[in-house]
Amino acid sequence: MKTASRLERVLESGAFAVTSECGPPRGSDPEAVRKKGETLKGAVDAVNVTDNQTSVVRMSSIASCVILKQMGFDPIVQMVTRDRNRIALQSDILGAGALGLNNILCLSGDHQRFGDHPSAKNVYDIDSIQLIMTVKRMRDEGTFINGEPLKGVPRFFIGAAANPFADPFEIRVPRLAKKVAAGVDFIQTQCIYNLDKFRQWMKQVVDRGLHTKVKILAGVTPMKSLGMARYMKTQVPGMDVPDEIIKRLQGAGKGKAAEEGIKICVETIQELREIEGVAGVHIMAIEWEERVREIVEAAGLLPRPTVADEGS
Amino acid sequence: MIIAHRKPIDEILKMVDRYDKIILAGCKGCVAVCAAGGEKEVGILASVIRLGRKKEGRDIEIREVTLERQCDPEYVEQIQGIVDQYQAILSIACGVGVQYMAERYKGTPALPGVNTDFMGGALEQGVWVERCQGCGACVLHLTGGICPITRCSKSLLNGPCGGSTKGKCEINPDVECGWQLIIDRLKSLGLLETVYEEIMPYKDWSTSRDGGPRRIIREDMRE
Repeated sequence: MKTASRLERVLESGAFAVTSECGPPRGSDPEAVRKKGETLKGAVDAVNVTDNQTSVVRMSSIASCVILKQMGFDPIVQMVTRDRNRIALQSDILGAGALGLNNILCLSGDHQRFGDHPSAKNVYDIDSIQLIMTVKRMRDEGTFINGEPLKGVPRFFIGAAANPFADPFEIRVPRLAKKVAAGVDFIQTQCIYNLDKFRQWMKQVVDRGLHTKVKILAGVTPMKSLGMARYMKTQVPGMDVPDEIIKRLQGAGKGKAAEEGIKICVETIQELREIEGVAGVHIMAIEWEERVREIVEAAGLLPRPTVADEGS
Repeated sequence: MIIAHRKPIDEILKMVDRYDKIILAGCKGCVAVCAAGGEKEVGILASVIRLGRKKEGRDIEIREVTLERQCDPEYVEQIQGIVDQYQAILSIACGVGVQYMAERYKGTPALPGVNTDFMGGALEQGVWVERCQGCGACVLHLTGGICPITRCSKSLLNGPCGGSTKGKCEINPDVECGWQLIIDRLKSLGLLETVYEEIMPYKDWSTSRDGGPRRIIREDMRE
């Protein structure tokens, strides 16, 4: 094992991993984080906490992760390169390590144009692939970006995102290969609705043998409503929602779209489990964390495996 | 060239409100080419200011001049004989020109009549686009002649991000994805396979604005 990460242990055991995520509150009330955490207890192997997702200011990912850690989770810190330069990123990596966090997801982050402070200045000193390199270098070589040694090395299980549905499609697997070369340990994908296209991408991943070097967790998001599905289809860049999803939600009848959304999500997970190279699922239930447990249960993924802690 | 566009007239009128004798100084360089601050624009802006002031029932005397270049001390010197007769210089050169005026004529306020936007060029009649951010360490030989610092909204060196859809950037469907352009170009050059998967290293931004105000010294040209 490279790290003390529970997720790493679950994946190494060969079990089909389940992760989910929490959006932190737009305020400093720790109860808001605990409440979301409560609903996920025992249902997942790890929980991501987003880092000012869609460029909307929220409680910091590291702080929220510490609250979840106190509840017994082994959270995944999300870290975007939009808001911090290499000095602040490395400093936060050290801090997160000192606070006992074991997993990190390296992202570039949504452009601030989408957010609640569109007049902000962005940073982008480094990109997501360079952030992977940075965490790996700190962990495996014990040095900062400038080559100077660390005193006390953070041991992170390193994650990144991949979007099989963004363009240009032909470089989506080569770009994953770059992340693998940079040192990523696990991948969480963009939400999958178009299974055919995902299978195509996954086949290329397997053909190149990348699935043996990185654990791929397939992303899913249950649709809460027809409106949400339409919004995701037309307004969210890099999202691929086929018409049949819209039709199924339409056909569900009044007041039943949410249940149909959950059903589609469960079916998707079952299909994903059958695809070669898929090591787990990442359930992003946006402001709907309380439904994650039943999705995991309906997909036949409960109880979650128990894994021994490091050293025991 | 440097692309600029005129400030809103209300902002300009407010800026010159306290003066009734000003020099309006254009520039025959970049801002003339992009139709923001050349001789023609000096004439137009002077008329608009006079009109605005007339509405308020106050006159303003405007001396219209257009210098060869405002980013060159030699040409800035040319108005030396008249500056003392005026209360302010409204420059419609780029930000460099305004500052050269301020540096040369220390007793006279220099006011910006344009917003200086970017380094770029014309795309078609009436449309200008950004192409360079002056980072001081060019990588165009690695990216098919398309600048990732300028053309990618996140300046990613290892793009594209997951927001690239049908050739467009996630920030706006009118913005092309810089990395889609880079990939298309590398492909047409037959370089995609060999170049794309090499990880671009951390960029040294010290040659960019981040290193503080920059200076180039050419010893071979110094006197």
